[in-house]
Amino acid sequence: MLYREVGQYHTNYRADMRIFPILQDRIGILVILAIAFLGVPLIGGSFFLDVVATPFLIYALAAIGLNLLTGYTGLLSLGTGGFMGIGAYTCYKLTTWFPGVDIVVWILAGGLAAAAVGALFGLPSLRIKGFYLLVATLAAQFFLQWAFERIPWLYNNNISGTIEVPTRTLFGLPITGATATPVTRYEVALCIVVALTWLASNLVHGRIGRSWMAVRDMDIAAELIGIKLLPTKLLSFAISSYLCGVAGAMLVFLWYGSAEPTVFSIDLSFTILFMVIIGGLGSLLGAFLGAALIHVLPIVLRGVPPALGLNIASSTVEHLNLMIVGALIILFLVAEPFGLARLWQTGKQKLRVWPFPY
Amino acid sequence: MTDASVNVAAGETLLAVDGISLRFGGVTALNDVSFDIKRGEIRAIIGPNGAGKTSMLNVINGFYHPQRGAIRFRGQNLTRMNPGFAARNGIARTFQNVALFRGMTTLDNLMTGRALKMNRGLFWQLLRHGPAMDEEIEHRRVVEDIIDFLEIEAIRRVPVGRLPYGLQKRVELGRALAMEPELLLLDEPMTGMNLEEKEDMCRFILEVNGQFGTTIALIEHDMGVVMDLSNRVVVLDYGRKIADDVPAAVKQDAAVIAAYLGVAG
Repeated sequence: MLYREVGQYHTNYRADMRIFPILQDRIGILVILAIAFLGVPLIGGSFFLDVVATPFLIYALAAIGLNLLTGYTGLLSLGTGGFMGIGAYTCYKLTTWFPGVDIVVWILAGGLAAAAVGALFGLPSLRIKGFYLLVATLAAQFFLQWAFERIPWLYNNNISGTIEVPTRTLFGLPITGATATPVTRYEVALCIVVALTWLASNLVHGRIGRSWMAVRDMDIAAELIGIKLLPTKLLSFAISSYLCGVAGAMLVFLWYGSAEPTVFSIDLSFTILFMVIIGGLGSLLGAFLGAALIHVLPIVLRGVPPALGLNIASSTVEHLNLMIVGALIILFLVAEPFGLARLWQTGKQKLRVWPFPY
Repeated sequence: MTDASVNVAAGETLLAVDGISLRFGGVTALNDVSFDIKRGEIRAIIGPNGAGKTSMLNVINGFYHPQRGAIRFRGQNLTRMNPGFAARNGIARTFQNVALFRGMTTLDNLMTGRALKMNRGLFWQLLRHGPAMDEEIEHRRVVEDIIDFLEIEAIRRVPVGRLPYGLQKRVELGRALAMEPELLLLDEPMTGMNLEEKEDMCRFILEVNGQFGTTIALIEHDMGVVMDLSNRVVVLDYGRKIADDVPAAVKQDAAVIAAYLGVAG
């Protein structure tokens, strides 16, 4: 009932081309932002922030990154874990060299190195597509993980082979390291994710986003229109890897606190890819929904038996968890192969005309 | 019509292909084909199936590189064209099997056609404010004019993959028009259409040619359409040019009749 656009006319193109042209959507997004910035830190305890909220944001950002590449440009990649690692290790090296510079700057700069490496490994995409490109990016994944393990310089010749996050402050407030509170880390992560999502959303709604989608849908026709395939694909690889790199740096600095090379294994690549597919290819909202389904849902399910007073062994809970989440994924994909974002769109469409069928 | 075709035939040559031969392994798709397209005319390329018509268009916009022959476009001699050069120099094209961006809306498809004319860089694109937005709006205006012209206002926001075939063809013409081409190559713009859709398409082609002065080269199997629309017709058969004249003369040509109907006895 409330979700109606009746009477909302756009009399100029600027209003018509807004990312949220409908008033209710704009109000909705403001409410969500208010809840995210104020509500979640006030209500959620430190367990919730550290285990659910912050990781959700980080996964969502990585999923947005991969979605730009796979969903918008149609290029498959399994190198996400590796590119995230590049971001984390670069950030680590930079903050070791220049401890005085704000850590947020280095988190964002870590993405730049990932972007460069991503573009480099994106070069084969001019010649190969689909599953073959997937295999080529797999090479990136394995090479990068090897580098994280075998090049001691990357982890400052640390005996344990891990990177330990030092304490860094912003305006005197510790935001990384052991003394940083979950709330601070959550708020920093939220600021970065909101800002980068906004930029990504601008990008996909403009010329560059259209050229990506053109390459995805029909590369021959795109070339004929004058879109240069190689620069377009490389830009997509670079920006996608940038977001993944920033997410990787956040993963270590704002969530884990320390990381071994195995964190950035192929498992991470698969996790992000599943988030993108289940959330919805070619949708930024889908990245958030996919991250929520794959990361948050298992945690929620884990809490259900204790909440109901059932006494089930934790290993059984874990197995049940896998089965339920797996079944839900299949269910969602059968109901809507184009992902949760499309399901959401369909639901919204139904809501617009409710109570009438069309 | 006769007067117009005489004038056009005397006009300036926009594009000429000279002695084009194209082979795929042992198959000769085009064999020493030469013809020219005058500025402002509607030039039809016809021939039985497999005659090499689409190959000819692919040579003209640079998808195929012929083994022999040259292309002269706006006075420039080119041994080979490439798609990027063709696009930058005002050659637009539609395909026999619609090659639209299926996941994108009609509006976005047409906006993509403006890609070459938009040049705000990454920085402004990231912000989507200021110059990038001004540019977007400026091109939106042009695209809306084309949407009005082709009478596809109602499907502006529909992903083109969901549109019926006839409308997809129309959107594809729109996307080509968004490039503001000097030379428009249409590969069977009327296949699979009913009579009414064909009439609409003919009207659009004539108006594009008449109002914007766009030169058009089209491949079409509907002879009625070809004879009515075109100023001159080139006929291909088995990769060779067998006739090249005004429609009335081509209709009477013995070689053309033989190619289409076979030779008696």
